[in-house]
Amino acid sequence: MKAPSFAYAKPQSLAEAFELLERPGARALAGGQSLIPSLNMRLSSPELLVDLTGLAALKTITLEQGVVRIGALVTHTEIERSPDVAKHVPLLAQAVVHVAHPAIRNRGTLGGSLALADPAAEYPACMVALEASIVVAGRGGERLVKAPDFFKGLFEVDLQPGELVVAAEIPAILKDGRSVFLELARRHGDYAIVGLAAHRHDGATRFVYLGAGATPVFARKASAAQDLEQAVAALDEDLDPPADLYNSAATKKHLAKVLLRRAWNTLKTSP
Amino acid sequence: MEHAQDITLTVNGTQVTRRVAPRQHLVDFLREELGLTGSHIGCEHGVCGACTLRVNGDIVRGCLMLAVQANGCRVDTIEGLSDSGELARLQAAFHRRNALQCGFCTPGMLMAAQDLVRANRKATREEIRAHISGNYCRCTGYQAIVDAIEEVLTTEVPRGQG
Repeated sequence: MKAPSFAYAKPQSLAEAFELLERPGARALAGGQSLIPSLNMRLSSPELLVDLTGLAALKTITLEQGVVRIGALVTHTEIERSPDVAKHVPLLAQAVVHVAHPAIRNRGTLGGSLALADPAAEYPACMVALEASIVVAGRGGERLVKAPDFFKGLFEVDLQPGELVVAAEIPAILKDGRSVFLELARRHGDYAIVGLAAHRHDGATRFVYLGAGATPVFARKASAAQDLEQAVAALDEDLDPPADLYNSAATKKHLAKVLLRRAWNTLKTSP
Repeated sequence: MEHAQDITLTVNGTQVTRRVAPRQHLVDFLREELGLTGSHIGCEHGVCGACTLRVNGDIVRGCLMLAVQANGCRVDTIEGLSDSGELARLQAAFHRRNALQCGFCTPGMLMAAQDLVRANRKATREEIRAHISGNYCRCTGYQAIVDAIEEVLTTEVPRGQG
């Protein structure tokens, strides 16, 4: 189908963007790889699209004092090719190749994925596993939101009207840190049936699942387990995945355990 | 035309200026305003890859980009890449290997494949499959397409060509 009618504006500064976003029916457009399909299918009908891709300040990846800051408009392809991400945030580097396909990765952005918060998306789970902070900006300035607090519900995030995700701040991996990202999908690039973002940092392990709930699910008990069998058993308490069109809740839970077994040795073996 | 805006872009090397509605996708613009119907419209929501184009050197979904967003951009379509000879080796290999049947997916498939060829990497069959994973073909079963792309990637480029 074709998109409904809307107006379009491309601001050149954040101040201009905030002003435009206050107009009735305004909606922010980043890479458009989820928003434009929803327009084409007429699931969404904004009156004004505010195209953020002219905001050069949101397109950089920087490393300062052990924190990697990735601008909201950095594309999946740029994340895939970034030596800083590969070296300091290997979890994200492993995850990005699971994000759709090359032609979509060339336009889709980090900020768009975080702000949409699709329950099957890769980045939200990575952010929760990495204990990253989401940088949110509005007219009043910036605020930092801890990733587990940012993802509040199904497609629901801690963003007020007029606010934008401008970056994510991720602690760089430590020397003894380990990351594993695994995902099961029917075909390469499809939405995940279930996925696992696993990260060991400073001796503590975090297993975070995608496609297993309305938001990224931190498997608290499995993460604290001392051995694999204990961790697998703990997943029964940690996870209660909803069935989707093709996979029952039991299948998803089974697959979550399969991923845990695959990730365990890589994560737990000392470097 | 409601909310119409003027855009100027370079399509296959030629600069064009048109007035467009913001709701119009880039691939509709190319097909309807410029008559470049080589880029096909399949699903219109980013799943099938038939509308694959090159914008500023990178492949994109033509149905997931608005024509207004292409303002100031360099857009290359299957027509441009075919006419320039850039696709000649892939086209010959697709022909030789029977890598198309109905042909609907072929323009998008060639655009995605050429993206890999341009990177000049000796990709494995698995990597070839990953790279064309966003392009659906309902006829061939992909095997012949992978064969054709692999052939181009592994064959030396004759002097003065490529």
